[in-house]
Amino acid sequence: MSAFVWLTILTALRILARNRMRAGLTMLGIVIGVAAVIAMVSIGEGAKQAVQAQIATMGTNVIIIFPGVTSASGVRGSQGSAVTLTVSDALDLKKRIPLLSDTGWAKRDVMQIVYGNRNWNGTVNGVSPSYLTIRDWSFTSGDPFTQTDVESAARVALIGQTIVGNLFEPGEEPVGAVIRIKNVPFRVIGVLAPKGQSAQGSDQDDVIFIPFSTAERKVFGTSFIGSVGAMFGSTDQVEDLPMAAEQIREVLRARHRLQAEQEDDFTIRTQVDIGKVQEGTSETLTMMLFAIASVSLLVGGIGIMNILLVSVTERTREIGVRMAVGAKRRHIVMQFLIEAMTLSLVGGVLGIILGVTGAKLTTLIAGWPTIISGNVILLAFFFSLVVGLFFGLYPANKASRLNPIEALRYE
Amino acid sequence: MMSALIQCEDVWKIYRVGDMEVQALRGLSLTIEQGEFVAIMGSSGSGKSTLMNILGCLDQPTKGRYRLNGIEASNLKPDQLAGIRNQQIGFVFQSFNLIPRTSALENAQLPLFYRGLSLKEQRAQAAAALGRVGLQGREHHYPTQLSGGQQQRVAIARALVTSPSLLLADEPTGNLDTQSSQEIMRILDQLNRDEGITIILVTHEVDIAAYAAREIVIKDGQVLSDRLTKTRPTPSPVGG
Repeated sequence: MSAFVWLTILTALRILARNRMRAGLTMLGIVIGVAAVIAMVSIGEGAKQAVQAQIATMGTNVIIIFPGVTSASGVRGSQGSAVTLTVSDALDLKKRIPLLSDTGWAKRDVMQIVYGNRNWNGTVNGVSPSYLTIRDWSFTSGDPFTQTDVESAARVALIGQTIVGNLFEPGEEPVGAVIRIKNVPFRVIGVLAPKGQSAQGSDQDDVIFIPFSTAERKVFGTSFIGSVGAMFGSTDQVEDLPMAAEQIREVLRARHRLQAEQEDDFTIRTQVDIGKVQEGTSETLTMMLFAIASVSLLVGGIGIMNILLVSVTERTREIGVRMAVGAKRRHIVMQFLIEAMTLSLVGGVLGIILGVTGAKLTTLIAGWPTIISGNVILLAFFFSLVVGLFFGLYPANKASRLNPIEALRYE
Repeated sequence: MMSALIQCEDVWKIYRVGDMEVQALRGLSLTIEQGEFVAIMGSSGSGKSTLMNILGCLDQPTKGRYRLNGIEASNLKPDQLAGIRNQQIGFVFQSFNLIPRTSALENAQLPLFYRGLSLKEQRAQAAAALGRVGLQGREHHYPTQLSGGQQQRVAIARALVTSPSLLLADEPTGNLDTQSSQEIMRILDQLNRDEGITIILVTHEVDIAAYAAREIVIKDGQVLSDRLTKTRPTPSPVGG
């Protein structure tokens, strides 16, 4: 049997080589389908990983709590417009929820920052020291501020890479320099390591951190002392995030004395939730790719079926001879199935080569990250095999049912 | 006591073409012994092609019995018939029916291909068969590179390669010139005489039929005449 299969594969390859143009056109559907799948899955995977890396820049196992919205006569304000969250909320959460390893808080505003004769409008954040650890900020030079800085409302600042780039000359050391935020002088004590874009696309490095107490008393001019723009918590294990979020909700509802029928006056987001939104996006993309792949493989398969039907007609006499010398039905079926699968497999391999090349070129030319996984290649290979098998069945069966007498007489 | 190689008993073949009933064979009976060289003659429409198809296990009688080498072939399934063709019968056709763009060796190999032999064995046996018809050294020629007579010799090698008990030659010289025809007939004659292979030859040329030792004439689906033409076949000049 194996000699039979080998010879049949050899024969199939010879027939392909003989009709290169025809075989090439037949395989085109499979080639394009497989190449498109490989290229797009590679680009999709690359994008997914880039997004996951962005989400990771948020910190590790982070929960973010925003204040609710103001509501006047049914008209709602923007997210965080209410001043329902306070520093004491954050401190109480840490005390009452053991799952939380830490809590922090922050308040932000866009303000003009001046150094020498340069200025820049950057996001100034008054933050608790714990905020920096929760969000995994690290430093290229200098140090974070200390509890003493917080207690004394010291005028010290940590600045991000975008601020450095806009206020300082290349090579100039920002640590020790005095910058002015809303005309208040601040000493730069640390430069933050870059984080790049956030998952939402904003520049995370266009940022200045100053102690929360300093911001409240000397920069923002808040009317509600102790109110925060957002609170942050973290857990040791990622699995604890949903449970911690639920406990935060209960504690905050109790602290805010909300009745059962009242809505939350805050919003809780965990890193897992944000990840899910991104996953949803990539799932949509995957479904789309799947649809494209299905259509092109279907079209490719029909092409193979068509050419095989032509081949069965052209080679009717040969089939008759084979039957006369003792080919059984299964021999004829096998012969045409192997020819179909050879066509689709060669097409699949060409598609894989084209797809991988396409993905690599995308990285090279457009600079998009691509990830070529072995699984996708295996899957493409497997699919082209299945397409050949499926669409070869009908012509193969048709050939095997020829009457040998009529086939031998066929002109 | 061995039974006859071919036993046809009251064989009928009836086709339906629309409402019309065509009786191609009408109660034909025939016995052919192992080692005979038989020529079957008859005008077109006499039923000789239908008879050849039944003898070659390509077709089955509508009524009656056909035994080949003791096997009742009249009620076998298509795959079983394919098996019998592969084991017992070699075909030589008027139009050679070689597979195009396939070497002489591979053409001669074809029946062995369906026997599940190893590739090496297939090649060795096919090369030997080509040798028997005088085509050694032409194993790798394609049909288009061979003359008509050589192509028909490849076809004979293909028929011989399985050592069949019966060789069916349907107008084997119909597409050949006189000289090639003589060559082919000499090969068939030799195979019959030296190796004792039973040959049934269909022809409408008297001088080709003269190579056979027995001549059966078919008319209207029945045997019109059946006679021994010589006890030992001797080649006679062909054409004029």
